[in-house]
Amino acid sequence: MMKSLLIEASKCTGCLQCEMACSYENEGVFNPARSRIKVFTFHSEGRFVPYTCTQCEDAWCMQACPVDAIVINAQTGSKDVLEDICVGCKVCTIACPFGTVNYNQDSGKVIKCDLCGGDPQCVAACPTAAITYVDADATGLSRMRDWAAKTDNAAAPH
Amino acid sequence: MQHVIIGAGPAGVIAAETLRKLAPRSDIALISDEPEPPYSRMAIPYYLVDHIAEVGTYLRKRDHWYADQRIELVNDRVASIDAHGHSLGLSSGHSRGYDRLLIATGSSAIKPPIEGVNLPGVHNCWTLEDARHIIERAQPDSSVILMGAGFIGCIILEALASRGVKLTVIEMEDRMVPRMMNDRSGGLIKKWCEAKGVEVLTSTRVNGISEDGHGRLGVNLGMGDTRPADLVIAATGVKPNTSFLSGSGIEVDGGVVVDHRLRTSAPDVYAAGDVARGKDFSTRSFTVQAIQPTAVEHGRVAATNMVNGLEIVHQGCLNMNVLDTMGLVSSSFGDWEGVDGGDCAELFDGDRYRYINLQFEDDVLVGANTLGMTQHIGILRGLIQTRVRLGASGKRALMANPLNITEAYLKATQGTTSSM
Amino acid sequence: MAWTKKILRVNLTDGTCVPEPLNMQWAAEYLGQRGLATRYLVEEVDPRCDALSPENKMIMATGPLTGTMASTGGRYSVITKSPLTGAVACSNSGGFIGAELKNAGWDMIIFEGKSAEPVYLFIENERAELLPAGDLWGKSVWEADEMIHKKHQDPQIRIAAVGRSAESGCLYAAIINDLHRAAGRSGVGTVMASKNLKAVAVRGTRGVGNIKDPARFMQATTEQKKVLADNAVTGQGLPTYGTQVLMNVINELGALPTRNMREVQFEGAHKISGEAMHEPRKSDGKANLTTNAGCFACTIACGRISTVDRGHFSVENKPEYWGNSGGLEYEAAWAMGTDTGVDDLDAVTYVNFLCNEDGIDPITFGATVAAAMELYKDGAITKQDTGGVELEFGSAKALVWAAEVTCKGEGFGKILGLGSKRMCEKYGRPELSMTVKGQEFPAYDPRGIQGMGLTYATSNRGACHLRSYTVSSEVLGIPEKTDPLVTEGKAGLVKAFQDATAAVDSSGLCIFTTFAWSLENIAPQIDAACEGDWTPERLLEAGERIWNLERDFNMNAGLTAADDNLPRRLLEEPANTGPAEGKVSGLPEMLPEYYNLRGWTNDGKVTSELRSRFNLPG
Repeated sequence: MMKSLLIEASKCTGCLQCEMACSYENEGVFNPARSRIKVFTFHSEGRFVPYTCTQCEDAWCMQACPVDAIVINAQTGSKDVLEDICVGCKVCTIACPFGTVNYNQDSGKVIKCDLCGGDPQCVAACPTAAITYVDADATGLSRMRDWAAKTDNAAAPH
Repeated sequence: MQHVIIGAGPAGVIAAETLRKLAPRSDIALISDEPEPPYSRMAIPYYLVDHIAEVGTYLRKRDHWYADQRIELVNDRVASIDAHGHSLGLSSGHSRGYDRLLIATGSSAIKPPIEGVNLPGVHNCWTLEDARHIIERAQPDSSVILMGAGFIGCIILEALASRGVKLTVIEMEDRMVPRMMNDRSGGLIKKWCEAKGVEVLTSTRVNGISEDGHGRLGVNLGMGDTRPADLVIAATGVKPNTSFLSGSGIEVDGGVVVDHRLRTSAPDVYAAGDVARGKDFSTRSFTVQAIQPTAVEHGRVAATNMVNGLEIVHQGCLNMNVLDTMGLVSSSFGDWEGVDGGDCAELFDGDRYRYINLQFEDDVLVGANTLGMTQHIGILRGLIQTRVRLGASGKRALMANPLNITEAYLKATQGTTSSM
Repeated sequence: MAWTKKILRVNLTDGTCVPEPLNMQWAAEYLGQRGLATRYLVEEVDPRCDALSPENKMIMATGPLTGTMASTGGRYSVITKSPLTGAVACSNSGGFIGAELKNAGWDMIIFEGKSAEPVYLFIENERAELLPAGDLWGKSVWEADEMIHKKHQDPQIRIAAVGRSAESGCLYAAIINDLHRAAGRSGVGTVMASKNLKAVAVRGTRGVGNIKDPARFMQATTEQKKVLADNAVTGQGLPTYGTQVLMNVINELGALPTRNMREVQFEGAHKISGEAMHEPRKSDGKANLTTNAGCFACTIACGRISTVDRGHFSVENKPEYWGNSGGLEYEAAWAMGTDTGVDDLDAVTYVNFLCNEDGIDPITFGATVAAAMELYKDGAITKQDTGGVELEFGSAKALVWAAEVTCKGEGFGKILGLGSKRMCEKYGRPELSMTVKGQEFPAYDPRGIQGMGLTYATSNRGACHLRSYTVSSEVLGIPEKTDPLVTEGKAGLVKAFQDATAAVDSSGLCIFTTFAWSLENIAPQIDAACEGDWTPERLLEAGERIWNLERDFNMNAGLTAADDNLPRRLLEEPANTGPAEGKVSGLPEMLPEYYNLRGWTNDGKVTSELRSRFNLPG
C-alpha cells in the first residue's frame, strides 16, 4: 500500500517546523524559502494551511518535462526531480496546476516534494500531527485528485 | 494493429508511450528525419550555454528505452501519404502501411523574406544542428544580431550573452515577447536586457543582410543604418511542417485541421503538437499553439483516441508559457489580454522588475501574466483551467492583492471560507 | 557557530547601509540578541543621551538559535535607551521577522542617527537599502504592512513597523512585527519613529546554516521538543489557554492587581479569562478564540487568534475589525481588563487589536488608563479634560475611546501617551502611578507574590515580569515551589531567575520554554550549534554578565538605588482580600540581601571586582 501525506490544516499552528525540516533535509540549511512544503496563512480567518505536492497520479510535471528529469520513485510513488538532468526550463512549474513545483533561481533547477524517500521530515517535525504519512486511501486526497482531473483537458465527460 | 507516428518530438514520443500503455500488443513505429534520438527543443538554450551536453537534450535518457517499449525508431522522411490506401511513401523509397497514423511533424523555424537571409552566418535557432552552427560562430567579442524578440529569441539571450558576444536584438513589434507578454511587462523585459548590456531595438525592421566578401555580415536597418555582424540569428517565427501533406487530401489551414478528438479530415489519421490546429481552451477556437505542454497533451489525447474502444474529447489546451530572459522569469496563461466586460488586477514595480496581471471574467480567472515570480505559479493554470468560481470575496481579495493566488486557490478548493 | 557573523549598520542621517563583521569576542561573552546588542549599545551610546535624539541608537538583534529548528528559535530583541524609563530598553518579540533577518544573512541591525525624511529599511538577503516612506507615514502598522507587501510584490516579506502612536510621540509605542507580535515595552517604537524610520521589511532566502555539529543539534532539539510536549504547562496549558491560563489562577491567589492596584482580586476575572475565550458567544455561537498559533519554530504555540463579536458596540460598524487577529494574552487582558475594571471580553479584545494595529504597549496603556480612571474618580481629571467622556472604572466605552485616541495620538490620547508616571505628575498625584523607573507593572501583585516585588524593583528595564518570572516558582512550583507570601529566599530566587533569563533572552529562544526547560536543557542545543563550549554554568555566567552590564548602563544613565523601589501603595496599603489579605510588599527586607548577593555596593553599584570578573567595559 502506497502512503501519502495527510494534511489536516485545522491542527496547524503555523510554526514552520515542517518548512525547516524540509529545507534542512534537502538543502542542508534551515531555509523556509527553499522548502518543498509551504504553510499559507489566512490571517483574517485564523487559519494555517500546509501545502505541498500530492504526488498526483497524472503528474503533469512529469509529463510536461521535456528532458525526462522527473521520474516516479518505485518505492514511494513520489515524482522525483533528477537534479543533474533538470535543465531548469520551468515548463513543469506552469504545468503543475497545484503550483507545487517551483524554480530555484540559485541552483537553476526546479524543486518539489519527494517524500524524503519514504521518511518525510515534515511529518517528523510537525508538533501537532497536522501532517502525517498514512495509507493513501485514508488521506481524502480524492478532493485534490478531483481538482487535478478538472485540469485534465482530456478527461472531461462526453 | 499498426500505429505509425510521424515526428519524434514530445507529441510523437508521448503518443508512442501512451499507445504502448493502452495497446500493449500493437506495433508502434516512430518516424523521424533527424539523425539524433528524439530530443527536446526546450533544452537547446541550455545546450547553447554548455549547461548540458547534447545527450542532455534527449527526451528520454534511459538506455534502450524505445526498444524496451517496443517502439520502433525509423530514421526516414515521409514524402507522401496515401490516406485511402493507409500507406506512407518514404524518402528512402520504401513505403509503409498503417492502421492508425499520427502526424506529429512539429514546426520549423522560418526566415523572414528579406535579401541575404540564406547567407552563410545567418541561422535559425531551432534544431540541434542550428545550435552547433551558432556555437561555432558565437565566439567571444563577436557581434551577434538576433532578429526577433519572441519566445525563442528571448530564451537564447542568456546563452548568447554568456558566450561573451556583443548582442543586438531587433524586433519589429513595439515590445519584447509581444505574443506572450503585454506592453508593461514586455517593456520591463526590454529594460532588463538593456541593463544587462544587450542593445534592444524594438519597432525596427531588418531590410536586408549583406556580406562584405570576407565573411562579415551587414544588417541593414534602413536610413543608412547598417550593423556589422559575425552571426545573425533569425528567430522570427515558426510554421507547421505540413508541406508533405499536399496531395494527401488531409485538410490543412494554417496547421493540420483536427476535431475535438484530434482526428484529421482523413480516416484513421490524427495530428498532434505544433503541426496541429487544435482547440484553444480560452478562445474555444482552433489554432496552432506550438508550445511544449500542448504537444504533450495532444500526444496523449490523440494516442488514446487511436486505440480501439477508447475515446476522449479534447476540451482545448490552455495557452501558457514560461520564459527565462537572462534570469528574469516571466509567464503567461490563457487570456492575458483580458476579455470583454472582464476585470483586471495588476501590480507593477518597474524598479524591481516585478509584475503581475490577472484577468477575470465574472469571478473566474481567465488569464494572467507574471514577471519576476517563480513560486507557485502553476496555480494560475489550475485556477484558469478548472474555471473555478472564486466567489465575490475570493475575487475581491485577488483584486485587492493579486499576489494571493495560492490563498485564492486554497479558499476555492479546500473550503476555506472568508469570514468577511 | 550559528551566528551569521555579520551585522548591518544603518546610518539614517547619511542614508547608508554598511555591513560589518560581528565582534566574535563579544559573542563569546554575551551570546547574542539581548546580551550582545547591549554590549554594542554600551560601547556606542552615551547613557546620558536623550533617548529620542539622533545620538541614541536602536539595535534589532537575533540570537544564535534564531532561525533554526530549535523550538521557539525565532526571537529577536530591540535594544536601545528607553524614552519612558531613561534606562536600557530591551524588548523581545517572536513572530517571523527575526528568523527572516537571520535567513537574509544578518545577526543584527544597528540603526544610528536620524533620517531627514521618513524612510523604511528594505533588506533582501545581502542587499539593504533605505527607501522613502512618505506615503507610509501617518498610516497604521497594518496599513503600512499591506502597502509594503504590495509595493514589493512579495507576500513572504516580513515586516516590523511603528504606528501612528509612535509617530505622535506616545512614550510607550511598540514595534509590531508580523501584524500582531510586538517588541512591546519601554517605548522602543517611539525611538524608532524618532529616527523617522517607519518600518523594517526583510526577505531572506539564504538559509541558516553554520551549525557546529548538525547531527548533535538535530538530536538535541528533537529531544528538547519532546520535553516541551510532555510538560503540562508548555504541552497543554499554554497551547490551550495561552498565557491567559493564569487569569483565574492569579485571581484565586489574591495577586491580581485590580483597578489601578487598589485591590488584588477582580470579580469579573472569569469573564475575561482564558476559559472565557473558549466559550461560545450568544450572538453567533463562535468562541472569542479561533485557534492557537505558533511563532517561528515554536512547538508550544501559546499565541491567540481571536475575533470580536460583530455585534459588539466597539466594532458593529467597522467590518475591518471583524476578521481574526492576535488575541489576548494574559498581561494585556489584565492591564486593559482587570486593572481598568473592565470585564467585557470583546471590548478588551478590540482594544488589543488597536494596540497591535497602531503599536502601543498594552500593559503600559492599560495601566495608564487605570491610573487615569483613578485620577478621574478623585476629580483630578475631569470631563473637561476628556472631552465629555466619563472615565469610570469598569467602563468599556471609556476604555475603547481611550485606546482609539491614544493609538492615533489625538486629544486626550496625547496625555495618555505620556504613560502613567508623567500623567500623574501632570495632575499632581505622582503616587497614583503604578510604575518602577517610569514603567508600569504587569499582572502580578507584589503583595500576593512577594518575589515579584523585588523583580519589579530591580528590573533593569523598569517594572517587568519577564526579567525574573518568580511566578514560576511561587505559583507554579517550577523548578520548585516557594511560598508566594514570604520574602525569605526571594532575593536569591530573583537573582537566579534574572541571570538565567538574561541568557535565554540572548539565545534566540523564548522564555516560555523555561516552564519546561532549565539551562540544562538549553545548553546542549546552544552547544551543538555554536562554537565554543556552552555549558549551563557558562550560560548562567553570561546571564550574570549581561545583568551587570545593563545595570552599569542604567547607573551611568543617572539612575540610582532610589529607583529600585515600588510605589507607596504596594508598600503601605495592604491587600484587602484573599490569601494575601493584610500583606504589603516586603521589598525593604529583600533589597539589601539582593544587593549583597549581587555583590553590589550598598548603593546598588557594580563594583570594580565584578567589572573585572565579567570583563565589563569602563
